[in-house]
Amino acid sequence: MLAQTLASLVDGILLGFVYGLAAMGLSLIWGVMRVINLSHGAIMALGMFGTYLLFTHLGLNPYLAILLMAPASLLFGFLVYGVAVHRIINAPYLSSLLATFAVNMMVIGIGTAVFTTSLYNVDFSLGTVRAGVLALPGTRLTAALAALLITAALYLFLYRTRPGKAIRAVANNRAAAELMSIPSAQVLALSFGIGTMLAALAGGLITTFFPFTILSGSGYQSKSFVICVLGGLGNPLGALLGGLILGAMEGLIPIVLPVSWVPVVEFTLFVLILLIRPSGLLGART
Amino acid sequence: MKRVLSVLTLLLMVALLASCARPTPTPTPPPPQPTEAPAETAPPTEAPTPTPVVKTVIIGFTASQTGKLNVESTRQINGLTLWMEQVNAAGGLKLADGTVVRFEARFYDDESNKDRVQELYTRLINEDKADFLISPYSSGLADAAAVIAEQYGKIMITTGAASDSTYKKGYTLVYQTYTPASRYLTGAFDLLAALDPTAKKVAIIHETDKFSTDVCTAAKAYGESKGYEIVLFEGYDSGTADFAPFINKIPAGTEAIMGGGHFADGSTFARQLYEKGVPVKFIALLVAPPEPKFAELGDAALGIVGPSQWEPQAKYNPEAAQAAGLEWYGPTVEEFVSAYKAKYNEDPSYHSAGGYAAGLILQKAIEAAGSLETEKVKAALDGMAIMTFYGDIQFDTSAEAHGLQIAHQMVYIQWQKDAAGNLVKQVVWPAEAKSAEALYPLSR
Repeated sequence: MLAQTLASLVDGILLGFVYGLAAMGLSLIWGVMRVINLSHGAIMALGMFGTYLLFTHLGLNPYLAILLMAPASLLFGFLVYGVAVHRIINAPYLSSLLATFAVNMMVIGIGTAVFTTSLYNVDFSLGTVRAGVLALPGTRLTAALAALLITAALYLFLYRTRPGKAIRAVANNRAAAELMSIPSAQVLALSFGIGTMLAALAGGLITTFFPFTILSGSGYQSKSFVICVLGGLGNPLGALLGGLILGAMEGLIPIVLPVSWVPVVEFTLFVLILLIRPSGLLGART
Repeated sequence: MKRVLSVLTLLLMVALLASCARPTPTPTPPPPQPTEAPAETAPPTEAPTPTPVVKTVIIGFTASQTGKLNVESTRQINGLTLWMEQVNAAGGLKLADGTVVRFEARFYDDESNKDRVQELYTRLINEDKADFLISPYSSGLADAAAVIAEQYGKIMITTGAASDSTYKKGYTLVYQTYTPASRYLTGAFDLLAALDPTAKKVAIIHETDKFSTDVCTAAKAYGESKGYEIVLFEGYDSGTADFAPFINKIPAGTEAIMGGGHFADGSTFARQLYEKGVPVKFIALLVAPPEPKFAELGDAALGIVGPSQWEPQAKYNPEAAQAAGLEWYGPTVEEFVSAYKAKYNEDPSYHSAGGYAAGLILQKAIEAAGSLETEKVKAALDGMAIMTFYGDIQFDTSAEAHGLQIAHQMVYIQWQKDAAGNLVKQVVWPAEAKSAEALYPLSR
C-alpha cells in the first residue's frame, strides 16, 4: 500500500510539472490581457503535431524539435494576436472568448482535415530509471526537468528583464503602464506570443510520453483552467504549484476511488477555491 | 405586401415538404457478371444431355455506403461480392438433383442507420423477393435486421456482428459468422495455459464501455472457472491517456495482464506498461494489437497478444480439418488472399474475410440441403460443422441461443520480430491456425 502510494504520488507529480507548464501559458494570457484563451488546447495540439512531424519526417530528437518550435510558436502567437485578438482587446469578455474559440475551431478543423482524428505517437524512449518501487520513464523525468527550467526562465524573464517588467506592469494597470510610455500593444502581443509558446512547448513535451490526436489539447485545456484558479493568475510559480497539486491528486485519488471520479474531485476543488480564495493559492493580486 | 408574404410562406412550406420526403431507394445494380459465364437461357448444343435447370437466388443485404461504418462495411461487401463472383464464374452451384444455382445480389445503402436497415430489409424481402439475407455490418445494425428476417421467415447469415444478445432472443433463422464477444478473450486464457500451466495470477484492466466490459466480464468468469486468480479487475474511462494509476495498482507477483478496449487506449496502455517495465510474462489486449498501426509502438508492441476474428497469416488448411475430423470447405487461405488482392489491390481484413465466409456458409448449406427451401437450408445450417479458410463454423441449436457461433475461434496474433528485426504479426493461437510459436515470457 505504501509502495503504491509512493509510486502513484511520484507519477502524479512528474505529470504535474507538465500540467503546470501547460497552464502557465493560459495563466499569463489571462492575467496580463484578461483574455480567456480558448485556443490554448488547439495550440497545444499544434505543438504535439509540430514535434511529431519534425521527429518522424526530419528524424530530429524530439527535444531538439521542441526547441525549434519555440520561436515558431512565438511567431504564431503574434500572428493569432494580430489577426484575432488585438482589435477586441478592449471589448467585453465575450468577444475575446468567441475570437479565440474561432481560432480553436480553425486549428482543429484544419488539423482534422490534414491528420484526421486518429492517434499519433512519437516512438521515442529514454529508458526507465528504477529506484526501489519507483519506475520512472526517462521521458517523464526529462519533461519534468524541462518544465522546471522553462518556469525558471520565465520567472527570470518576468522579474529581471525590462520586457518582463513591462508585461507585469501592463498586467497590473495598463493605463498607468501606458502613461509610463510602455508600448502596451507590443507588450500584449509579446504576452500572447509567450503564452502560445508555452502551450506549444507543453504539447511537445507531452508527445514524448503520451500518444495524441488533434483533439487531445482540450483535456489539458480544462485542466489548465483548474490549475490557473488553484495557483493564481499571471504567476508562473503559482501555475507550476497548481500543476503539481493537480498531478498529485490525479495520482492519489485513484488509490481510493475509481479513476472516473478524478474530474469530479478536480472541479469540486475548482469551485471551492473560487469561493474561498478567488485569487488562487499564490495570487496576491486580483 | 401581404400577398407576397403569403406566397413566400406557401413556397417555403412546399420546399420543406419536398425535402422531408425521402427519395425512393433504387436498388444498386448487381456487380457485372463475368462474360464467360454461361447465359441462363443458353440454347442447347447438339449434345444430347438435358439442359440443367438454372435457378437464380437473390441474396439481399444492406451496405453502409455512407455513414460511420462505411470503411468496415465496404470491406465486408467486397468479401461477399468476391464470393458471389467466384461461384457464378465457376458456373454456379450444382445441386444433387442437377439444378444449377446462380446468385444475384440486391442491396441498398443503409446509411449506417438502424431505422433504415429495418425499412430496407422489409423492402428486400417484399419487393426484391430476396431468397436469403446477409446482415449489415456491426452488431447494432445486424440486430435490427435480424428482427425483420425472423418476422418474414427468411434465413439470415450475420457477419461483422459479434454481440451475443441477438441470438438470445428466440430467433430460429439467424446464424452468426463471427466469434461472439463473450469469447473474445477466453482464448487468451487457453493460450496462457498452453504456454505456462504454472502462471495463475492475472490482472484485468479494461475500458468501461459496454463492449469491453462485457468481453472482460466474460473473460474473468472463464479465467476463474479455469482456476486463475484475478488479482485486479479495474475499468478505465474511454479516452484515458495516463495509465500510471492503474499500473501502480497491479499487485506484485502478477503474471499476466489482459483487458484493453479500443485502439487509442489499448496502444497507450501497452506503451506505458512497457515504459514502466511492469514485470509480467504475458499481455493480451482487445482490438488494438491486430491493427497495423500498433507496430508504431516499436519495442512496446513486441510480444503483445491480441484477438482478431481472422488474419491472413492464419494457417487453417484441409489437413488441420482432417485432423479435427471436420469437412474442409471452400478456398484455402492463400487462394482467398490472392484472389482478394488481385481484385481489390489490398490485403483482406477480417471484415472482408467475414463477408466472404457468410456467402460460403450459405453456399454450403444450400449444397448440403440440395434445395432452396428455407426449412431444408435451415436444417443444413443447424447440422453444419465445417472448417474453412476463415476457421471453424458450427452453430448453437439450443432454444436459448439458436444461431450463436460456437466453433469459430478468435485467432490470437502476437507482434514478433522477423530475421531483419522488423515487427511482424504472427498468429500464435489456436494451434491449428498458428503461423509461429508464441514469444513467452515477455522480456521485461
